[in-house]
Amino acid sequence: MCVVCGCEDGEDATSPLEPESPGDGHHHVHAHGHHHAHDGHSDDHHHHHAAEHAHVHVDPTAGDLHYGQGAARVSVPGMSQARAIQLEADVLGANDHIAAHNRAHFAAHGVLALNVVSSPGSGKTSLLCATIEAMRASAPQLPLAVIEGDQQTARDAERIRALGVPAVQVNTGKGCHLDAQMVDHAFASLALHHADPQHGGVLFIENVGNLVCPALWDLGERAKIAILSVTEGEDKPLKYPDMFAAAQLLLINKVDLLPYVQFDVATCLEYARRVNPTLECLTVSATRGDGVDSFVRWLLRAAESTAAHAP
Amino acid sequence: MHELSLAGGILRIVEDVARRDAFTRVEKLCLEAGALAAVDVAALRFALEAISPGTVLEGAELEISRPTGRAFCFGCGESVQIDALGSACPACGAYRLQPTQGMELRVLELRVRDH
Repeated sequence: MCVVCGCEDGEDATSPLEPESPGDGHHHVHAHGHHHAHDGHSDDHHHHHAAEHAHVHVDPTAGDLHYGQGAARVSVPGMSQARAIQLEADVLGANDHIAAHNRAHFAAHGVLALNVVSSPGSGKTSLLCATIEAMRASAPQLPLAVIEGDQQTARDAERIRALGVPAVQVNTGKGCHLDAQMVDHAFASLALHHADPQHGGVLFIENVGNLVCPALWDLGERAKIAILSVTEGEDKPLKYPDMFAAAQLLLINKVDLLPYVQFDVATCLEYARRVNPTLECLTVSATRGDGVDSFVRWLLRAAESTAAHAP
Repeated sequence: MHELSLAGGILRIVEDVARRDAFTRVEKLCLEAGALAAVDVAALRFALEAISPGTVLEGAELEISRPTGRAFCFGCGESVQIDALGSACPACGAYRLQPTQGMELRVLELRVRDH
């Protein structure tokens, strides 16, 4: 609203101030007809018209000062000018920008990056250990690496390193998920980053154990793999739908315990596909080894197609 | 409680604009968080109020719109409205819905004062 004469902003559609109030038909004269470019910012993923309404506008080429281009169309020293800035900026835009960089980075190295997500205690690390050993047997030339996310301790990374596979622990402190920046830093410190793209490789990113928050943060992975263990209940995909909706592959783990728990695999899968009709699924047991060979075949197919697209 | 991280991201977006655009106060912050956006609006509001003191967002009115969720049904081929992931198709009853809208999480507009 114009604070000088109190009228509504009737003419300028780019400044919808007080849109709920009807205009009074009183038009302001738009003083200048030339167009300023406001898009010179490198990280500019929004477009706004603020400078048209700023209290004083500096012409970027001539350095001329234009007053009176605020909502009130007149500059009165000491008087406030209200104006609207339209952004339409994604809240996760900064993360998504880095994730896109990570994705391009992984592709350039021919590396298959997978974001492994689950609640705490579903057996992510145990399943990774079993998978790594099986991959070593079936594809010994394929480089592997792991980024481990936890709030604190390096226990998971130590378990991976004990298998002779490079691992970086990322401690998030009080944070409940990994973000793209953390993965960017962690990947830079891994040997996989320096390997010959011809060799490709698989990077497992084991996210913080949390079935809610990591669903929102893209890390630049090729796919999210959700792990659900049979001790957790078959209705978990309905209770925590976002993670299962974001995943491409569901691993139902600890199937060796099926005789001891009430868990129907078919019902679980039906629930998971209610939130994600195209979800793939494998049943596995990290401790007994069931299904690990199927998972390794899934991984090798994905790794081959990733390496084939590397430059 | 990822809403706190999201609130931090929102504050960062607003502060980036404030640096370029030299306003001193945000009167109103307009956001949209779609019905399928994995965001609890009350938690997001709480988080924004918690982090705003001492920032450019202090005292700003908060408006959060909630675009409805829509999905494509693999069962009947219709585009339908849904309130949550895992819903049945209101047209045919099948649980084979692919969300197409309602995942938005954006800062739409700021209303600011220059001084």
